[in-house]
Amino acid sequence: MLCWQSVSHSFGPTEVLSDFSLTVAPGQIISIVGPSGCGKTTALQMAAALLEPTEGRVDNGFSHTSYVFQEPRLLPWRRAIDNIAFGLKALGRNKRDRHLAARRLAARLELAEDDLDKYPHELSGGMRQRVSLARALAVEPDLLLLDEPFSALDIGLKRELQNLLVSLIDTSRMTAVFVTHDLAEAVRISQRIIVMDRFPLGKVHSHGIEQPFVDRDDPFVYQTVAELLSVDAVSRAFHRIDDETSTVKLR
Amino acid sequence: MKTALKDALAYLWDGWGAAVGLLMLIALWELGHTVYGSFVLPAPIETVESLASLQEAGKLGPAAWTTALRAIGGFLAAGLVGSLFGIVAGLSMTSARAVRPIVTVLLGVPPIAWIVLALLWFGPGGMTPVFTVVVTALPITFAAAVEGSRTLDQGLEDMARVFNAPFLMVLWEVHLPHILSYLFPAWITALGMAWKVAVMAELMASDSGIGAEMALARVNLETGEAMAWVIAVVGLLLAAEYLVLEPIKRKIEPWRRTGQGRMRKMGGF
Repeated sequence: MLCWQSVSHSFGPTEVLSDFSLTVAPGQIISIVGPSGCGKTTALQMAAALLEPTEGRVDNGFSHTSYVFQEPRLLPWRRAIDNIAFGLKALGRNKRDRHLAARRLAARLELAEDDLDKYPHELSGGMRQRVSLARALAVEPDLLLLDEPFSALDIGLKRELQNLLVSLIDTSRMTAVFVTHDLAEAVRISQRIIVMDRFPLGKVHSHGIEQPFVDRDDPFVYQTVAELLSVDAVSRAFHRIDDETSTVKLR
Repeated sequence: MKTALKDALAYLWDGWGAAVGLLMLIALWELGHTVYGSFVLPAPIETVESLASLQEAGKLGPAAWTTALRAIGGFLAAGLVGSLFGIVAGLSMTSARAVRPIVTVLLGVPPIAWIVLALLWFGPGGMTPVFTVVVTALPITFAAAVEGSRTLDQGLEDMARVFNAPFLMVLWEVHLPHILSYLFPAWITALGMAWKVAVMAELMASDSGIGAEMALARVNLETGEAMAWVIAVVGLLLAAEYLVLEPIKRKIEPWRRTGQGRMRKMGGF
Protein backbone atom coordinates (compact mmCIF):
# COMPACT_ATOMS: atom_id res chain seq x y z
CA MET A 1 0.00 0.00 0.00
CA LEU A 2 1.18 3.48 -0.87
CA CYS A 3 -0.43 6.26 1.08
CA TRP A 4 -0.09 10.05 1.01
CA GLN A 5 -1.64 11.39 4.24
CA SER A 6 -2.58 15.09 4.01
CA VAL A 7 0.79 15.94 2.58
CA SER A 8 1.88 19.51 2.00
CA HIS A 9 5.13 20.75 0.59
CA SER A 10 6.77 24.10 0.04
CA PHE A 11 9.89 25.11 -1.81
CA GLY A 12 10.85 28.21 0.14
CA PRO A 13 7.77 30.45 0.32
CA THR A 14 5.99 28.71 -2.57
CA GLU A 15 3.56 25.97 -1.66
CA VAL A 16 3.65 23.31 -4.36
CA LEU A 17 1.47 20.68 -2.75
CA SER A 18 -1.33 21.27 -0.29
CA ASP A 19 -3.13 18.75 1.86
CA PHE A 20 -2.83 15.92 -0.66
CA SER A 21 -4.20 12.50 0.26
CA LEU A 22 -4.27 9.40 -1.86
CA THR A 23 -4.07 5.66 -1.30
CA VAL A 24 -2.82 3.23 -3.91
CA ALA A 25 -3.72 -0.40 -3.30
CA PRO A 26 -1.48 -3.24 -4.52
CA GLY A 27 -2.08 -4.10 -8.16
CA GLN A 28 -3.62 -0.72 -9.01
CA ILE A 29 -2.43 1.33 -11.96
CA ILE A 30 -3.03 5.01 -11.29
CA SER A 31 -2.39 8.17 -13.27
CA ILE A 32 -1.97 11.59 -11.71
CA VAL A 33 -2.72 14.25 -14.30
CA GLY A 34 -2.71 18.02 -14.13
CA PRO A 35 -1.04 21.20 -15.34
CA SER A 36 2.58 21.95 -14.52
CA GLY A 37 2.93 23.39 -11.05
CA CYS A 38 0.08 21.34 -9.57
CA GLY A 39 2.54 19.31 -7.50
CA LYS A 40 2.16 15.95 -9.24
CA THR A 41 5.89 15.33 -9.65
CA THR A 42 6.49 16.51 -6.09
CA ALA A 43 3.99 13.93 -4.84
CA LEU A 44 5.67 11.20 -6.87
CA GLN A 45 9.13 12.11 -5.61
CA MET A 46 7.88 11.80 -2.06
CA ALA A 47 6.67 8.28 -2.75
CA ALA A 48 10.23 7.44 -3.85
CA ALA A 49 11.65 9.14 -0.74
CA LEU A 50 13.49 11.63 -2.94
CA LEU A 51 11.71 14.40 -1.10
CA GLU A 52 10.63 14.81 2.52
CA PRO A 53 7.16 16.39 2.88
CA THR A 54 7.02 19.65 4.84
CA GLU A 55 3.78 18.46 6.45
CA GLY A 56 1.93 15.17 6.57
CA ARG A 57 3.44 11.80 5.80
CA VAL A 58 3.89 9.33 2.98
CA ASP A 59 3.78 5.64 3.80
CA ASN A 60 5.25 3.30 1.25
CA GLY A 61 4.59 -0.30 2.22
CA PHE A 62 6.00 -1.82 -0.96
CA SER A 63 9.27 -3.68 -0.70
CA HIS A 64 10.82 -2.64 -4.02
CA THR A 65 10.06 0.78 -5.43
CA SER A 66 11.36 1.75 -8.84
CA TYR A 67 11.26 5.14 -10.54
CA VAL A 68 11.32 6.18 -14.19
CA PHE A 69 12.36 9.77 -14.72
CA GLN A 70 11.15 12.11 -17.39
CA GLU A 71 14.63 12.14 -18.91
CA PRO A 72 16.39 8.75 -19.13
CA ARG A 73 19.12 9.75 -16.62
CA LEU A 74 21.56 7.13 -17.83
CA LEU A 75 25.19 7.09 -16.78
CA PRO A 76 26.99 8.42 -19.88
CA TRP A 77 30.12 6.41 -19.03
CA ARG A 78 28.38 3.05 -18.79
CA ARG A 79 27.19 0.85 -21.63
CA ALA A 80 23.46 0.31 -22.04
CA ILE A 81 23.63 -3.12 -20.44
CA ASP A 82 25.39 -1.81 -17.34
CA ASN A 83 22.89 1.02 -17.12
CA ILE A 84 20.06 -1.52 -17.15
CA ALA A 85 21.86 -3.53 -14.49
CA PHE A 86 22.52 -0.50 -12.25
CA GLY A 87 19.74 -1.28 -9.80
CA LEU A 88 20.77 -4.93 -9.65
CA LYS A 89 24.30 -3.92 -8.82
CA ALA A 90 22.96 -1.76 -6.01
CA LEU A 91 21.19 -4.88 -4.74
CA GLY A 92 24.56 -6.65 -4.69
CA ARG A 93 23.96 -9.18 -7.47
CA ASN A 94 27.03 -10.56 -9.21
CA LYS A 95 27.97 -9.49 -12.71
CA ARG A 96 26.85 -12.66 -14.49
CA ASP A 97 23.37 -12.57 -12.95
CA ARG A 98 23.07 -8.85 -13.59
CA HIS A 99 23.90 -9.16 -17.26
CA LEU A 100 21.68 -12.18 -17.70
CA ALA A 101 18.69 -10.37 -16.21
CA ALA A 102 19.49 -7.20 -18.15
CA ARG A 103 19.65 -9.08 -21.45
CA ARG A 104 16.37 -10.84 -20.79
CA LEU A 105 14.62 -7.59 -20.00
CA ALA A 106 16.21 -5.78 -22.92
CA ALA A 107 14.75 -8.40 -25.23
CA ARG A 108 11.29 -7.87 -23.75
CA LEU A 109 11.63 -4.12 -24.30
CA GLU A 110 12.71 -4.79 -27.88
CA LEU A 111 16.22 -3.46 -27.48
CA ALA A 112 18.59 -4.94 -30.05
CA GLU A 113 21.44 -7.10 -28.79
CA ASP A 114 24.15 -4.86 -30.28
CA ASP A 115 22.57 -1.75 -28.77
CA LEU A 116 23.39 -3.14 -25.34
CA ASP A 117 27.11 -2.60 -25.87
CA LYS A 118 26.62 1.03 -26.87
CA TYR A 119 27.06 4.09 -24.71
CA PRO A 120 23.96 6.22 -24.10
CA HIS A 121 25.00 9.00 -26.50
CA GLU A 122 25.13 6.44 -29.31
CA LEU A 123 21.47 5.50 -28.78
CA SER A 124 18.39 7.29 -30.07
CA GLY A 125 16.04 9.04 -27.65
CA GLY A 126 13.52 6.22 -27.79
CA MET A 127 16.20 3.59 -27.17
CA ARG A 128 17.53 5.56 -24.22
CA GLN A 129 14.08 5.70 -22.66
CA ARG A 130 13.75 1.95 -23.20
CA VAL A 131 17.04 1.45 -21.37
CA SER A 132 15.75 3.62 -18.56
CA LEU A 133 12.52 1.59 -18.38
CA ALA A 134 14.50 -1.64 -18.42
CA ARG A 135 16.65 -0.35 -15.57
CA ALA A 136 13.55 0.38 -13.51
CA LEU A 137 12.00 -3.01 -14.28
CA ALA A 138 15.21 -4.99 -13.77
CA VAL A 139 14.97 -4.81 -9.99
CA GLU A 140 11.58 -6.55 -10.23
CA PRO A 141 9.74 -3.79 -8.40
CA ASP A 142 6.32 -4.27 -6.87
CA LEU A 143 5.75 -0.52 -7.15
CA LEU A 144 6.68 1.41 -10.27
CA LEU A 145 6.61 5.22 -10.23
CA LEU A 146 6.77 6.94 -13.60
CA ASP A 147 7.22 10.68 -14.11
CA GLU A 148 6.06 11.54 -17.65
CA PRO A 149 8.13 8.71 -19.07
CA PHE A 150 6.92 9.24 -22.65
CA SER A 151 6.75 13.01 -22.86
CA ALA A 152 10.00 13.44 -24.77
CA LEU A 153 9.12 10.86 -27.42
CA ASP A 154 7.37 11.35 -30.74
CA ILE A 155 3.82 10.13 -31.08
CA GLY A 156 4.40 6.77 -32.78
CA LEU A 157 7.13 5.77 -30.38
CA LYS A 158 5.04 6.98 -27.47
CA ARG A 159 2.17 4.65 -28.35
CA GLU A 160 4.47 1.72 -28.87
CA LEU A 161 6.17 2.15 -25.50
CA GLN A 162 2.87 2.81 -23.74
CA ASN A 163 1.45 -0.49 -25.01
CA LEU A 164 4.61 -2.35 -24.17
CA LEU A 165 4.76 -0.96 -20.66
CA VAL A 166 1.08 -1.49 -19.92
CA SER A 167 1.28 -5.12 -20.95
CA LEU A 168 4.43 -5.62 -18.86
CA ILE A 169 2.83 -4.03 -15.81
CA ASP A 170 -0.42 -5.88 -16.33
CA THR A 171 1.14 -9.32 -16.72
CA SER A 172 3.54 -8.93 -13.80
CA ARG A 173 0.76 -7.61 -11.50
CA MET A 174 2.81 -4.59 -10.57
CA THR A 175 1.42 -1.50 -8.90
CA ALA A 176 2.12 1.61 -10.92
CA VAL A 177 1.69 5.36 -10.52
CA PHE A 178 2.06 7.45 -13.66
CA VAL A 179 2.43 11.20 -13.64
CA THR A 180 1.43 12.86 -16.90
CA HIS A 181 -0.08 16.05 -18.31
CA ASP A 182 -1.72 14.13 -21.16
CA LEU A 183 -5.30 13.12 -20.37
CA ALA A 184 -5.57 10.72 -23.33
CA GLU A 185 -2.40 8.98 -22.24
CA ALA A 186 -3.80 8.63 -18.73
CA VAL A 187 -6.99 7.08 -20.12
CA ARG A 188 -4.98 4.61 -22.16
CA ILE A 189 -2.69 3.38 -19.40
CA SER A 190 -4.46 3.54 -16.06
CA GLN A 191 -7.31 2.10 -14.03
CA ARG A 192 -7.82 5.26 -12.02
CA ILE A 193 -7.17 8.87 -12.96
CA ILE A 194 -6.49 11.50 -10.33
CA VAL A 195 -6.83 15.03 -11.70
CA MET A 196 -4.91 17.79 -9.94
CA ASP A 197 -5.06 21.54 -10.43
CA ARG A 198 -3.03 24.54 -9.42
CA PHE A 199 -5.87 26.91 -8.42
CA PRO A 200 -7.17 25.42 -6.13
CA LEU A 201 -3.97 23.55 -5.41
CA GLY A 202 -4.44 19.81 -5.13
CA LYS A 203 -6.67 16.92 -6.10
CA VAL A 204 -9.87 18.04 -7.87
CA HIS A 205 -11.28 14.87 -9.43
CA SER A 206 -10.95 11.10 -9.42
CA HIS A 207 -12.19 8.76 -12.12
CA GLY A 208 -12.05 4.96 -12.40
CA ILE A 209 -11.88 3.05 -15.70
CA GLU A 210 -13.07 -0.57 -15.75
CA GLN A 211 -12.38 -1.32 -19.41
CA PRO A 212 -9.52 -3.85 -19.93
CA PHE A 213 -6.43 -2.28 -21.53
CA VAL A 214 -6.71 -4.32 -24.73
CA ASP A 215 -10.21 -2.98 -25.37
CA ARG A 216 -9.22 0.67 -25.11
CA ASP A 217 -9.29 1.64 -28.76
CA ASP A 218 -9.15 5.24 -29.98
CA PRO A 219 -12.94 5.86 -29.92
CA PHE A 220 -13.05 4.67 -26.31
CA VAL A 221 -10.14 6.91 -25.33
CA TYR A 222 -11.63 9.98 -27.02
CA GLN A 223 -15.04 9.34 -25.51
CA THR A 224 -13.61 8.96 -22.01
CA VAL A 225 -11.50 12.08 -22.40
CA ALA A 226 -14.61 13.98 -23.52
CA GLU A 227 -16.56 12.66 -20.51
CA LEU A 228 -13.79 13.74 -18.17
CA LEU A 229 -13.56 17.19 -19.74
CA SER A 230 -17.28 17.67 -19.24
CA VAL A 231 -16.57 17.72 -15.51
CA ASP A 232 -16.08 21.38 -14.55
CA ALA A 233 -13.07 20.91 -12.30
CA VAL A 234 -11.27 18.81 -14.90
CA SER A 235 -11.95 21.17 -17.78
CA ARG A 236 -10.72 24.11 -15.66
CA ALA A 237 -7.44 22.32 -14.97
CA PHE A 238 -6.99 21.34 -18.59
CA HIS A 239 -7.94 24.62 -20.16
CA ARG A 240 -5.10 26.01 -18.23
CA ILE A 241 -2.87 23.42 -19.86
CA ASP A 242 -4.22 24.44 -23.27
CA ASP A 243 -3.45 28.06 -22.46
CA GLU A 244 0.08 27.10 -21.55
CA THR A 245 0.68 25.13 -24.71
CA SER A 246 -0.80 27.85 -26.90
CA THR A 247 1.46 30.48 -25.35
CA VAL A 248 4.38 28.17 -25.97
CA LYS A 249 3.32 27.86 -29.60
CA LEU A 250 2.95 31.63 -29.96
CA ARG A 251 6.56 32.07 -28.95
CA MET B 1 42.90 -10.87 -27.59
CA LYS B 2 41.53 -9.97 -31.00
CA THR B 3 40.04 -6.77 -29.69
CA ALA B 4 43.27 -5.92 -27.89
CA LEU B 5 45.12 -6.23 -31.18
CA LYS B 6 42.49 -4.14 -32.91
CA ASP B 7 42.77 -1.49 -30.22
CA ALA B 8 46.54 -1.41 -30.51
CA LEU B 9 46.32 -1.05 -34.29
CA ALA B 10 43.72 1.68 -33.95
CA TYR B 11 45.97 3.48 -31.48
CA LEU B 12 48.88 3.32 -33.93
CA TRP B 13 46.64 4.36 -36.80
CA ASP B 14 45.58 7.41 -34.82
CA GLY B 15 49.30 8.20 -34.64
CA TRP B 16 49.63 8.62 -38.42
CA GLY B 17 48.30 12.15 -38.41
CA ALA B 18 50.61 13.04 -35.55
CA ALA B 19 53.58 11.48 -37.38
CA VAL B 20 52.88 13.61 -40.46
CA GLY B 21 52.88 16.76 -38.34
CA LEU B 22 56.09 15.73 -36.60
CA LEU B 23 57.89 14.99 -39.86
CA MET B 24 56.83 18.36 -41.24
CA LEU B 25 58.28 20.03 -38.17
CA ILE B 26 61.59 18.20 -38.66
CA ALA B 27 61.63 19.25 -42.32
CA LEU B 28 61.14 22.89 -41.32
CA TRP B 29 63.92 22.52 -38.78
CA GLU B 30 66.26 21.16 -41.46
CA LEU B 31 65.30 24.09 -43.68
CA GLY B 32 66.11 26.54 -40.89
CA HIS B 33 69.45 24.85 -40.46
CA THR B 34 70.40 25.19 -44.16
CA VAL B 35 69.49 28.89 -44.06
CA TYR B 36 71.11 29.92 -40.76
CA GLY B 37 73.89 27.37 -40.28
CA SER B 38 74.91 25.06 -37.45
CA PHE B 39 75.73 27.68 -34.87
CA VAL B 40 72.26 29.19 -34.79
CA LEU B 41 70.29 26.04 -35.51
CA PRO B 42 72.10 22.71 -35.60
CA ALA B 43 70.68 20.15 -38.03
CA PRO B 44 68.33 17.50 -36.67
CA ILE B 45 70.97 14.84 -37.39
CA GLU B 46 73.66 16.82 -35.53
CA THR B 47 71.31 17.16 -32.61
CA VAL B 48 70.72 13.44 -32.52
CA GLU B 49 74.48 12.94 -32.63
CA SER B 50 75.01 15.29 -29.68
CA LEU B 51 72.27 13.43 -27.87
CA ALA B 52 74.10 10.17 -28.55
CA SER B 53 77.40 11.58 -27.36
CA LEU B 54 75.73 12.89 -24.20
CA GLN B 55 74.46 9.39 -23.67
CA GLU B 56 77.93 7.95 -24.22
CA ALA B 57 79.43 10.42 -21.79
CA GLY B 58 76.95 9.14 -19.22
CA LYS B 59 75.35 12.55 -18.77
CA LEU B 60 71.92 12.00 -20.33
CA GLY B 61 70.57 9.29 -18.05
CA PRO B 62 71.35 10.84 -14.66
CA ALA B 63 70.25 14.33 -15.71
CA ALA B 64 67.03 13.07 -17.23
CA TRP B 65 66.39 10.93 -14.15
CA THR B 66 66.93 13.87 -11.80
CA THR B 67 64.64 16.13 -13.80
CA ALA B 68 62.04 13.39 -14.20
CA LEU B 69 61.99 12.74 -10.47
CA ARG B 70 61.50 16.43 -9.73
CA ALA B 71 58.87 16.97 -12.41
CA ILE B 72 56.90 13.78 -11.78
CA GLY B 73 57.29 13.95 -8.01
CA GLY B 74 56.09 17.54 -7.95
CA PHE B 75 53.31 16.71 -10.37
CA LEU B 76 52.14 13.73 -8.30
CA ALA B 77 52.14 15.76 -5.11
CA ALA B 78 50.31 18.65 -6.77
CA GLY B 79 47.91 16.32 -8.57
CA LEU B 80 47.02 14.40 -5.45
CA VAL B 81 46.67 17.33 -3.09
CA GLY B 82 45.04 19.63 -5.66
CA SER B 83 42.53 17.01 -6.78
CA LEU B 84 41.51 15.91 -3.29
CA PHE B 85 41.19 19.40 -1.85
CA GLY B 86 39.52 20.61 -5.02
CA ILE B 87 36.87 17.90 -4.87
CA VAL B 88 36.12 18.71 -1.24
CA ALA B 89 36.02 22.45 -1.91
CA GLY B 90 33.71 21.99 -4.87
CA LEU B 91 31.15 20.10 -2.79
CA SER B 92 30.04 23.32 -1.13
CA MET B 93 28.95 26.29 -3.20
CA THR B 94 30.33 28.72 -0.63
CA SER B 95 33.78 27.19 -0.46
CA ALA B 96 33.87 26.90 -4.26
CA ARG B 97 33.21 30.64 -4.47
CA ALA B 98 35.70 31.39 -1.73
CA VAL B 99 38.57 29.54 -3.38
CA ARG B 100 37.98 30.96 -6.85
CA PRO B 101 39.91 34.20 -6.40
CA ILE B 102 42.71 32.32 -4.61
CA VAL B 103 43.07 30.00 -7.58
CA THR B 104 42.97 32.92 -10.00
CA VAL B 105 45.74 34.67 -8.08
CA LEU B 106 47.87 31.52 -7.89
CA LEU B 107 47.37 30.80 -11.60
CA GLY B 108 48.28 34.39 -12.36
CA VAL B 109 51.66 34.28 -10.62
CA PRO B 110 54.25 33.51 -13.32
CA PRO B 111 56.41 30.43 -12.59
CA ILE B 112 59.53 32.57 -12.79
CA ALA B 113 58.30 34.57 -9.79
CA TRP B 114 57.93 31.36 -7.82
CA ILE B 115 61.47 30.39 -8.78
CA VAL B 116 62.78 33.65 -7.37
CA LEU B 117 60.83 33.17 -4.16
CA ALA B 118 61.87 29.53 -3.88
CA LEU B 119 65.50 30.52 -4.36
CA LEU B 120 65.16 32.94 -1.45
CA TRP B 121 63.41 30.37 0.71
CA PHE B 122 65.23 27.15 -0.13
CA GLY B 123 68.45 28.27 -1.80
CA PRO B 124 69.95 26.58 -4.83
CA GLY B 125 69.35 22.82 -4.78
CA GLY B 126 66.75 20.18 -5.45
CA MET B 127 64.00 21.71 -3.34
CA THR B 128 63.58 24.81 -5.50
CA PRO B 129 62.52 23.00 -8.70
CA VAL B 130 60.24 20.64 -6.79
CA PHE B 131 58.58 23.48 -4.92
CA THR B 132 58.10 25.49 -8.11
CA VAL B 133 56.55 22.51 -9.87
CA VAL B 134 54.16 21.84 -7.00
CA VAL B 135 53.10 25.44 -6.66
CA THR B 136 52.45 25.92 -10.39
CA ALA B 137 50.73 22.58 -11.01
CA LEU B 138 48.59 22.69 -7.87
CA PRO B 139 46.15 25.45 -8.87
CA ILE B 140 45.56 23.78 -12.25
CA THR B 141 44.44 20.46 -10.79
CA PHE B 142 42.70 22.18 -7.91
CA ALA B 143 40.62 24.40 -10.19
CA ALA B 144 39.60 21.44 -12.36
CA ALA B 145 38.63 19.36 -9.33
CA VAL B 146 36.52 22.20 -7.92
CA GLU B 147 34.76 22.52 -11.27
CA GLY B 148 34.25 18.76 -11.49
CA SER B 149 32.72 18.30 -8.06
CA ARG B 150 30.75 21.55 -8.31
CA THR B 151 28.96 20.31 -11.43
CA LEU B 152 27.99 16.85 -10.13
CA ASP B 153 24.70 15.80 -11.71
CA GLN B 154 21.89 15.98 -9.15
CA GLY B 155 19.63 14.06 -11.53
CA LEU B 156 21.98 11.08 -11.65
CA GLU B 157 22.41 11.22 -7.89
CA ASP B 158 18.63 11.07 -7.43
CA MET B 159 18.53 8.17 -9.83
CA ALA B 160 21.12 6.33 -7.75
CA ARG B 161 19.16 7.10 -4.58
CA VAL B 162 15.97 5.65 -6.06
CA PHE B 163 17.82 2.36 -6.50
CA ASN B 164 19.23 2.56 -2.96
CA ALA B 165 22.77 2.44 -4.30
CA PRO B 166 25.27 2.29 -1.43
CA PHE B 167 27.49 5.33 -0.89
CA LEU B 168 30.64 3.77 -2.33
CA MET B 169 28.79 2.68 -5.44
CA VAL B 170 27.40 6.18 -5.99
CA LEU B 171 30.90 7.56 -5.58
CA TRP B 172 32.46 5.04 -7.95
CA GLU B 173 29.76 4.83 -10.62
CA VAL B 174 28.19 8.26 -10.59
CA HIS B 175 30.52 10.90 -9.17
CA LEU B 176 34.04 9.73 -9.91
CA PRO B 177 33.72 9.34 -13.70
CA HIS B 178 32.27 12.83 -13.88
CA ILE B 179 35.05 14.36 -11.80
CA LEU B 180 37.70 12.41 -13.72
CA SER B 181 36.44 13.81 -16.99
CA TYR B 182 37.37 17.22 -15.60
CA LEU B 183 40.58 16.09 -13.93
CA PHE B 184 42.21 14.28 -16.83
CA PRO B 185 42.74 17.26 -19.12
CA ALA B 186 43.99 19.20 -16.11
CA TRP B 187 46.44 16.46 -15.18
CA ILE B 188 47.82 16.44 -18.71
CA THR B 189 48.20 20.23 -18.68
CA ALA B 190 49.80 20.08 -15.24
CA LEU B 191 52.25 17.39 -16.30
CA GLY B 192 53.37 19.41 -19.31
CA MET B 193 53.73 22.43 -17.07
CA ALA B 194 55.69 20.38 -14.54
CA TRP B 195 58.42 19.48 -17.07
CA LYS B 196 58.80 23.00 -18.35
CA VAL B 197 58.87 24.53 -14.91
CA ALA B 198 61.26 21.89 -13.55
CA VAL B 199 63.76 22.55 -16.34
CA MET B 200 63.41 26.30 -15.94
CA ALA B 201 63.94 26.13 -12.20
CA GLU B 202 66.96 23.90 -12.64
CA LEU B 203 68.42 26.27 -15.18
CA MET B 204 68.12 29.17 -12.76
CA ALA B 205 68.67 27.56 -9.43
CA SER B 206 70.21 24.12 -9.48
CA ASP B 207 73.43 22.39 -10.44
CA SER B 208 71.84 19.11 -11.47
CA GLY B 209 69.21 17.95 -13.95
CA ILE B 210 68.54 18.81 -17.58
CA GLY B 211 68.06 22.50 -16.85
CA ALA B 212 71.47 22.78 -15.19
CA GLU B 213 73.08 20.96 -18.12
CA MET B 214 71.40 23.39 -20.48
CA ALA B 215 72.81 26.30 -18.51
CA LEU B 216 76.22 24.71 -18.88
CA ALA B 217 75.74 24.25 -22.65
CA ARG B 218 74.77 27.90 -22.90
CA VAL B 219 77.92 28.99 -21.08
CA ASN B 220 80.03 26.86 -23.43
CA LEU B 221 78.09 28.11 -26.49
CA GLU B 222 77.26 24.48 -27.37
CA THR B 223 74.08 25.03 -29.41
CA GLY B 224 73.99 21.39 -30.51
CA GLU B 225 74.10 20.19 -26.94
CA ALA B 226 71.45 22.67 -25.81
CA MET B 227 69.23 21.48 -28.64
CA ALA B 228 69.87 17.86 -27.63
CA TRP B 229 68.67 18.64 -24.11
CA VAL B 230 65.54 20.26 -25.50
CA ILE B 231 64.86 17.09 -27.46
CA ALA B 232 65.41 15.04 -24.32
CA VAL B 233 62.87 17.08 -22.35
CA VAL B 234 60.27 16.94 -25.11
CA GLY B 235 60.85 13.21 -25.53
CA LEU B 236 60.33 12.62 -21.83
CA LEU B 237 57.16 14.69 -21.81
CA LEU B 238 55.76 12.84 -24.82
CA ALA B 239 56.63 9.51 -23.24
CA ALA B 240 54.90 10.44 -20.01
CA GLU B 241 51.79 11.68 -21.78
CA TYR B 242 51.38 9.07 -24.51
CA LEU B 243 52.71 6.00 -22.72
CA VAL B 244 51.14 6.65 -19.33
CA LEU B 245 48.36 9.22 -19.19
CA GLU B 246 46.77 8.70 -22.59
CA PRO B 247 46.41 4.88 -22.28
CA ILE B 248 44.91 5.34 -18.81
CA LYS B 249 42.50 7.86 -20.24
CA ARG B 250 41.51 5.50 -23.04
CA LYS B 251 41.01 2.72 -20.55
CA ILE B 252 38.67 4.64 -18.30
CA GLU B 253 37.04 7.04 -20.74
CA PRO B 254 36.00 4.95 -23.74
CA TRP B 255 32.58 6.60 -23.59
CA ARG B 256 34.18 9.79 -24.84
CA ARG B 257 36.25 8.27 -27.60
CA THR B 258 33.30 6.61 -29.29
CA GLY B 259 31.65 10.00 -29.50
CA GLN B 260 34.22 11.22 -31.99
CA GLY B 261 32.43 9.81 -35.02
CA ARG B 262 33.58 12.58 -37.32
CA MET B 263 37.15 12.29 -36.11
CA ARG B 264 37.13 8.57 -36.77
CA LYS B 265 35.95 9.12 -40.31
CA MET B 266 38.73 11.64 -40.80
CA GLY B 267 41.21 9.07 -39.53
CA GLY B 268 40.25 6.75 -42.34
CA PHE B 269 38.04 4.22 -40.58
